[in-house]
Amino acid sequence: MRFLLDDEQRAFARSLDGMLTAAGTPAAARAWAAGEHAPGLAVWRGLGAAGVFALAAPEEHAGVGPLPVETAVAFVELGRHAVPGPLVETVASVTLLSRLAELGVPDPAKRLLPGLVDGSAAATLTLTGTSTSTSTGTGTGTGTRALDADAATVLLAAGDGEVRLAPGHTDPRASLDPARRSAALLPGGERLASGTHADAATRRALDWAALATAAQCLGVGYALLDRTVAYVRGRTQFGAPVGSFQAVKHRLADVLVGLAFARPLVFGAAVSLAGGGDRQAEVDLAAAKVAAGDAAHHAARAALQLHGALGYTAEYDLSLWLLKARALRGAWGGAGEWRGRVVRAVGG
Amino acid sequence: MDLDFTAAHEEFARRARAWLAAHVPPRPLPSLETEEGFAAHRDWEGELAADRWSVVSWPEEYGGRGAGIVEWLLFEEEYWAAGAPGRVSQNGISLLAPTLFDFGTPEQRARLLPPMARGETIWAQAWSEPEAGSDLASLRATARRACGGWVLNGQKTWSSRAAFADRAFGLFRSDPTADRPHRGLTYLMFPLDADGVTVRPIGRLDGKPAFAELFLDDVFVPDDDVIGEPGHGWRIAMSATGDERGLTLRPPGRFLATAGRLVREWRAHGDPSDTALRDRVADAVIGARAYQLFTWAGVARGAAGESLGAESSLNKVFWSEHDIAVHETALDLLGTECGEWTEGYVFALAGPIYAGTNEIQRDLVAERLLGLPKGRR
Repeated sequence: MRFLLDDEQRAFARSLDGMLTAAGTPAAARAWAAGEHAPGLAVWRGLGAAGVFALAAPEEHAGVGPLPVETAVAFVELGRHAVPGPLVETVASVTLLSRLAELGVPDPAKRLLPGLVDGSAAATLTLTGTSTSTSTGTGTGTGTRALDADAATVLLAAGDGEVRLAPGHTDPRASLDPARRSAALLPGGERLASGTHADAATRRALDWAALATAAQCLGVGYALLDRTVAYVRGRTQFGAPVGSFQAVKHRLADVLVGLAFARPLVFGAAVSLAGGGDRQAEVDLAAAKVAAGDAAHHAARAALQLHGALGYTAEYDLSLWLLKARALRGAWGGAGEWRGRVVRAVGG
Repeated sequence: MDLDFTAAHEEFARRARAWLAAHVPPRPLPSLETEEGFAAHRDWEGELAADRWSVVSWPEEYGGRGAGIVEWLLFEEEYWAAGAPGRVSQNGISLLAPTLFDFGTPEQRARLLPPMARGETIWAQAWSEPEAGSDLASLRATARRACGGWVLNGQKTWSSRAAFADRAFGLFRSDPTADRPHRGLTYLMFPLDADGVTVRPIGRLDGKPAFAELFLDDVFVPDDDVIGEPGHGWRIAMSATGDERGLTLRPPGRFLATAGRLVREWRAHGDPSDTALRDRVADAVIGARAYQLFTWAGVARGAAGESLGAESSLNKVFWSEHDIAVHETALDLLGTECGEWTEGYVFALAGPIYAGTNEIQRDLVAERLLGLPKGRR
């Protein structure tokens, strides 16, 4: 029993942190929101070169994985730096295509994985219908809309017993998080798999999407907490730093409690996923999704409140994380759906 | 990063499970906050001790098994999963014993620990006073030097289990001239039936005498019953609260077992269309798993030589609020008639208050973990 990141995993986190700090991700996120993808795609290629997308793919398809723990490490950093783009969707697509290859449908993986793994391409993915999970299957995905379809070259639609490459998408629409724009995928296109193979691959994608989203939420939450702690230490009112007031302290203490107990759930889910998709993994993934989403959301509410009106401005970078926390909470299924899954899957 | 246990650990857990399956009373014992229940729980401590399961993490010479922290936590998971009774010896085992291991004399350990392990001596704590609660260092009860010992005077209160316990331990002001409130305190132990001790039980919310006031009127304590250096009581008492051997950790096994029980109640009695209540059942499972994994992460960090320090304050806020939420959910599902869940609910309600209120814990989290400036309490 060694439920602790090793030195190599920590070094990986530090190197991503350094790379993303240098890349100026807030500016890339703002450009992305304005429809200018170039700075964000430059970051994306850097992530590919750092091996982020290779973590989800097996060695026979240019990957180094599957490594869920390392993927979680990476997504915490992606959240911490508010990196834009269909990150979760690309990792989920990589696992979907890898699973199809395992099941004897290798052609899509051979064709599409190299670009996704090395960061030269991005994918988006929608889940639809009732075959997406062992649960009701409703409300998964981004409401059947595809995130950042205009920045992706691989448009996957999965569900209802098939996986297909969509031929295109509708015009992207803005969402609460301006860096997350969604579109509908057009019908038709190339069918990559059907039946039980499609269902199994879709389930795999959903598991990894839950893990990556949870880890990203955790990073978003910690970024919000760190920025707010720094702010309340410096902001003075009534002749004292506002961070010395109990009402402020206690709210931030609660934010830390939420994040500190979501974190082991996220890494526990990664460990369970690495050990095979058993019942404990199903509970752990759902628990991580719920807890990290809630913790980040509470962090966002506290961060906004404690920054005062400053935090309510679009110009101030805090807004990038505030809105992302809210958007990610419902991405890949809302908290109610995942809580239902916990109760169904848990032993009693 | 893994959550795998060694074959030896698995074997230890399997043996605990087998023993518990053969010995746990088939029906719950009466509430341990009643005289009858206290006696029944004391007997249970004796039964545990007879086969060396009462204090697994202690050295064998004192009645333990020399278990490491991983084995101890696995034991706790098995213990609560088996539906075994609450631990009436909890205060002694988790608070006094670690202090004796670190600061007691060999004579004190040999004299005090084996009867504690067997449930023959049940210990109560004597920290709080009417005017010293969260601000414990302002305590006033005195220890005056006398020939061969100390003479205690003053009042202690909220002394858990003292209504039926045998002995108590706590802090007393031995040097009223010390320059700071937390200096000049001495850590002492005394029998609750000693001359000059009056125990007045206090009914908690449900009327059960779960704690008591202690009035001390010229109570003589021999030097043998002082722990550590006189005047250094504060440091000694505080070190037990963050004991690194994990003897004082609140084990997650109990919350896992409670969550499992709630899930079974939900499946038996829940209305599947009541998704709001179902979500709260899910939160019981999620919180227990979070606490379990948080604990394993702490154990792994401890094994790697990291110190956890103020993280025990995160812990305390988390489990105490989780425990209430789980019991609230059970009451909403099953009603509030008296039974195991209502007893558990009343017990849970005390969690955010005892062992340092959650307000104090949040101050510690904010100041020591987040680095926020000190302010007025």
